[in-house]
Amino acid sequence: MSKKPEKKEVGTTGHSWDGIEELNNPLPRWWVWIFYATIVWGIWYTIAYPAWPLLKGATEGYLGYSTRAEVAADIAAVDAKNADLVGKLEAADLSALSGDAELYQFAINGGRAVFAANCSQCHGSGAAGAKGYPNLLDNDWLWGGSIEEIAFTVSHGIRNEHSPEARWTEMPAFGEILSKEEIAAVVEHVRAISGQEADAALAAAGETVYLDNCAACHGDAGEGSRDMGAPVLNDAIWLYGGDVATLTETVANARFGVMPAWSEAYHPAGGLSAAEINAVAAYVHQLGGGE
Amino acid sequence: MGILDRHKVLEKNATLLLVCSLGVVTIGGIVEIAPLFYLENTIEDVEGVRPYSPLELTGREIYIREGCYVCHSQMIRPMRDEVERYGHYSLAAESMYDHPFQWGSKRTGPDLARVGGRYSDEWHVDHLVDPEAVVPESVMPKYSFLLNREIEPTYITDLMKTHRMVGVPYSDEMIESAEADFLVQVDPFGDSAGLVERYPGAQVRNFDGQPELTEMDALIAYLQMLGTLVDFSTFTPDASR
Repeated sequence: MSKKPEKKEVGTTGHSWDGIEELNNPLPRWWVWIFYATIVWGIWYTIAYPAWPLLKGATEGYLGYSTRAEVAADIAAVDAKNADLVGKLEAADLSALSGDAELYQFAINGGRAVFAANCSQCHGSGAAGAKGYPNLLDNDWLWGGSIEEIAFTVSHGIRNEHSPEARWTEMPAFGEILSKEEIAAVVEHVRAISGQEADAALAAAGETVYLDNCAACHGDAGEGSRDMGAPVLNDAIWLYGGDVATLTETVANARFGVMPAWSEAYHPAGGLSAAEINAVAAYVHQLGGGE
Repeated sequence: MGILDRHKVLEKNATLLLVCSLGVVTIGGIVEIAPLFYLENTIEDVEGVRPYSPLELTGREIYIREGCYVCHSQMIRPMRDEVERYGHYSLAAESMYDHPFQWGSKRTGPDLARVGGRYSDEWHVDHLVDPEAVVPESVMPKYSFLLNREIEPTYITDLMKTHRMVGVPYSDEMIESAEADFLVQVDPFGDSAGLVERYPGAQVRNFDGQPELTEMDALIAYLQMLGTLVDFSTFTPDASR
């Protein structure tokens, strides 16, 4: 029981249950004032911000706030801050890029972000590639590993329909050209020149098949050709795999890696600006294999 | 009789309280919802948005059936980080033919509103067959069975008629040629002129690289057109939002 003396002026609500009555105390003053303040704030809010629907559109609000204007301003502010460096990067001579320490650092950091958002899905977040998607960390390049060649590949892509300058060669599907025995032999030959265990007799027979059919692109000794985008066959790096089953499948059906053209001019969904392409080329170039 | 005493009448009559509460909620609802149906700027006029082609619509059904929306949103919000990663923020017009819309509410995977054209078809096949083969850190399930499920345009006409009932402007011509359009979109050597005329920007090719027409074809056809329709060179954002 409360020891507080009952205030006489506070009446009861008139409710009575088994003789227990409810005092009709007023609401706490702090609560009432906060309640009134929220009402005032609500009215101010609908005046300050877009709120009331009218016939043609909603009221625009005294402050003229718009999420679209805000994001445009955000982007413009960052663009303005970077305009100097982006302008330089756009016009940069890529082979001399590493000479300008500030610009080079900007390019690599920006390139890392571009890579994470656009390239990592195929080439891996660490750029180590996956089966059929080239590893960008090593010094084995299909089309060239200089920074300009990388920028060109990023801009125009490989075997896509979008850029007329896309890098484009096609390996024939030898399953329709060579017999099963010939394919088996040439696979052993490829295993032999790449330093793997191979059936010597079959490999010797495969050499003729190789020279007749494969050497034009992959080179007499399997040294590959960057003009043709033909992979080096006499090393231990494989795009799809160097085991007999995978090689047989590759020879029989051929392989065509495809890469989108990332230049804004060709990419169907936006693409990358010239500065972004230069940045990502600089980033990929310094990952380890750049020439 | 003060206003509080009048209010007591309401408080002491349960039925009256219920009826009046309904009235208050209804007014609130009408004020919030009704204007969206007549305000011209709810859905801006943009160039390029068209109803889905029959094959894309089928791909969309597969997208919904497999619950892709549980992990992938299709809504690029107007914020700098999202715009820089995914592209231009989404417009209401871009999902005006979606019934139901696929905005989603949870991103376990990335937003797909502008995934169209971002990756090659081959990548999509590799990725859907085994996501971890291309993205080792991915937690996405494998959808390799899509390659084995052949599809036929048996129900496509009904499906398009249903969408027409809820407001998608499929013309009689579109409905009549639905089955042919469905088949020709995966046939690079077929006569797809009619399809492209009816659905401008429709991409015609063998999406999954297999001779059969499978669910994989339909799903990739849908993914490859997402976010590619609006011509942003002709788009001026409405300032009042």
